Amino acid sequence: MSSHRLYRCFVKNTLSSLLLVVALSQAATYADAADFSTDLGETLSASELSDYEITIFPNGKNLPEGKGSVIQGEKLYKGRCMMCHGEEGDEGPAARLKGSDGWISFSDPLRILRINKYPVLLISVGSLWPYATSIFDYTRRAMPHYAPKSLNDDEVYALTAYILYLNDLLEKDVVLDEKRILNIQMPGKNRSISAWPEFK
Amino acid sequence: MKPTNVSSKDLVAVAKGGVLDRRSFILSGLAFSSSLAVSNVAASDSVGASKINQSIPTWMKTPGGSDTEYGAPSKYENHIKRNVAEHTPETSIFSIWHTPIENQRGIITPNGLHFSVNHNGIPDIDPQKHKLMIHGLVDKPLTFDMESLLRYPMVSAINFLECAGNTAPNAVSVTPLDQTCQGLFGQVSGAEWSGVPLKYILQEAGLKPTAKWVIVEGADGGSHSRSIPVSKLLDDAIIALYQNGERLRPSQGYPMRLFVPGWEGNANVKWLHRLEVTDKPAFTKDESGLYSDILDDGKIQRFSFHMDVKSVITHPSGKQVLPEKKGFYEISGLAWSGYGKIKQVEVSADGGRTWALAQLEQPVLSKSLTRFHIPWQWKGDSAMLLSRATDELGRVQPTRGQWREKYASYSFNHYNAIQAWYISSDGVVENSYV
Repeated sequence: MSSHRLYRCFVKNTLSSLLLVVALSQAATYADAADFSTDLGETLSASELSDYEITIFPNGKNLPEGKGSVIQGEKLYKGRCMMCHGEEGDEGPAARLKGSDGWISFSDPLRILRINKYPVLLISVGSLWPYATSIFDYTRRAMPHYAPKSLNDDEVYALTAYILYLNDLLEKDVVLDEKRILNIQMPGKNRSISAWPEFK
Repeated sequence: MKPTNVSSKDLVAVAKGGVLDRRSFILSGLAFSSSLAVSNVAASDSVGASKINQSIPTWMKTPGGSDTEYGAPSKYENHIKRNVAEHTPETSIFSIWHTPIENQRGIITPNGLHFSVNHNGIPDIDPQKHKLMIHGLVDKPLTFDMESLLRYPMVSAINFLECAGNTAPNAVSVTPLDQTCQGLFGQVSGAEWSGVPLKYILQEAGLKPTAKWVIVEGADGGSHSRSIPVSKLLDDAIIALYQNGERLRPSQGYPMRLFVPGWEGNANVKWLHRLEVTDKPAFTKDESGLYSDILDDGKIQRFSFHMDVKSVITHPSGKQVLPEKKGFYEISGLAWSGYGKIKQVEVSADGGRTWALAQLEQPVLSKSLTRFHIPWQWKGDSAMLLSRATDELGRVQPTRGQWREKYASYSFNHYNAIQAWYISSDGVVENSYV
């Protein structure tokens, strides 16, 4: 039984520590227990995982087959997204989808007033996000806010295409699919640096 | 904040503006309380059959009420509560709840007052149906239910948690906004977090040699997700199950959350349900946009996980009014660093011209709020109170100007500059820049 193994392991570690150094605190015993082994996890089957393995990676890993056009995306956007992102993807209350990454925008002198009402508008998906795959990932897992995970893969491709179109990253007659999405060059990519020393 | 009834004529000034030496304050305080005890004894001289004077308060003459199954604060304290950040959208899309940090003493924030930021509302998770999965670059993909996780060896640590966007108004506003400490600094809290070290789970699953990152995901509607380096998870990260001795509150990730001490709040994924071990980050929504920093040269800095050394004077602080126009006050505040322990906190009452060392209240713990104090004899003139923390690695808080030089004018995350509170000669405390 796995539970008995864990318990025996626990007792053995604790007893040997007590014998060696009586004054050691429990916390110190745990911290030193690098040889501690546990086995209470159950095997995760591929079928159990498949419903939940939704993360899309920049290299295309986990991208489903499918396709959607800018035109289809525009239609979907007006019905399901516009009430939170505005007509052009740059109004509130939700995050800004297109435009510059700051609140000082030459094309919108009233930006600073809008920011006062909706502060999350001050950075945009189009300017900061380094990979189009992340737009697909987040739209599929979290959007629309009132019904997350309700869009099918073709609808998510279409909405991703429309967001890219709003940012002048796709022409209006384009159909986006699992191959084409990997060719999109996002402006945020070349500006990116990593503060984490193990990843550059 | 009330003035303490202590004579301070013997205290030694250690910096200009009335900042005093802490040791001499403690000595004179002791002498004062023993003389008070003697005079009380001498005053009890009445005799006879009279009963206790009936002018005493009602609550001393009546039986008390019953206790409750789950205690609550006094009704006289019900004005001490969290508030939603100004300008937060009305919907649950993105809500930021600030802790009233200027009402806290010590280093532990009560669970009901702990700050909370939610990007997709708070899910109602049934713990009996909740599972934690680990898969990807591991030898054995595994799943854990609550019952088995609760049997693992647990550790506890007192740590701060701070949102990357705490104090953002001071990062980006051209003029200092007249806000409370809660409004400006209310996205940091302190708690004792208990749970299962992540390394047990990673070791049980068996990391492959190429494993470098784990995509950590929550079970909320938005499936909040962050890429976390394996090295941090093997170091001091836990699957937090308890906060201040009780199971997590729903707004803190019930039934379980990732806790990565010293790292930005957003990386401490709530409602944890999936760990995908990989060789590279996934560039999830928040690491693609909102939780990156835009530098002065236009570069977008990602994966700046640490919350840097920071401090704030909580007593007195923004929008408070000192009750007496001069006299003795104790300045008190909080300091913390995502890199380790606080080594020292200096306080200035003259806008940074002269500084004095504050006393650090024990315990001083790594990646934890640390309480500091310094006595202050206010002479009634306008003053500018500052605090400057240094951690054990020698990291020192920058001035606002130094911080601003590094970032684009609209970049607001990871603001840790020295905070200034201006005190007018009327005793009104106001947010200020120096």
